[in-house]
Amino acid sequence: MNSPTFPIARIAIAVQAGDFDLQAESLALRAGDRGVGAVVAFVGLVRDLNLADDVVALELEHYPGMTEKALQQIAEQAAQRWPLHAVRVVHRVGKLHPGDNIVLVLVASAHRHAAFEANAFIMDYLKTRAPFWKKEWTPDGPRWVEARESDESAAARWHQVLSEQYGNPDHD
Amino acid sequence: MQLQLRYFARLRERFGRDGESITLPAGIESVAGLVTHLAARGDAWAEELAGEKVFRVALDQELVDFSAPLHDGAEVAIFPPVTGG
Repeated sequence: MNSPTFPIARIAIAVQAGDFDLQAESLALRAGDRGVGAVVAFVGLVRDLNLADDVVALELEHYPGMTEKALQQIAEQAAQRWPLHAVRVVHRVGKLHPGDNIVLVLVASAHRHAAFEANAFIMDYLKTRAPFWKKEWTPDGPRWVEARESDESAAARWHQVLSEQYGNPDHD
Repeated sequence: MQLQLRYFARLRERFGRDGESITLPAGIESVAGLVTHLAARGDAWAEELAGEKVFRVALDQELVDFSAPLHDGAEVAIFPPVTGG
């Protein structure tokens, strides 16, 4: 590997039915670490509209065991590519409703660029590699959400970015 | 070779089960071979695994290509492309 080596980032993953508290999570992420100069947060929400139907609820299924491992690996990959202090990923499962939180990705770093980029990388990989499936409940009944090609290309884009940056194509 | 199979989301519903233990006939040694073996059951199995539908395979909880070799006691999961986040 030609990639630079960074200090080990603190990584914490959770897959849970319950909600999360953005402010509490953000404070916990940087507690006791005065070197953190930037925290970037992504919060994904349940929309009430998808493909023109009214979504009344969303059900999230996952693959217990693999899910946690996949999220851990995605966070570790981000920490190998950017100088991060900490990563926190919380993904909810079970039945959710429009306006509810689905996913939280927090990234703490000394500087903003690493935090912004690592956060986007984690979300792009999560959307194509972490075993979650959404089922939408509409007035016409339930329907599985189809994967989007744009999510695959968003994740694939990082291979190009990284190989340009380090001259080292990434094969994982 | 003994395998523990798991199915998720649309495939779980289509196959009417969330998993099963199977003993593979001799000569089937890759994910591709397993998929062909399951598709030969016909009906939903053929529609989902031998048609135009896209699906993913995880071997021992890691995403793999269809060329991946199987081993005795492996956990093999078959599921639609993921839609989390």
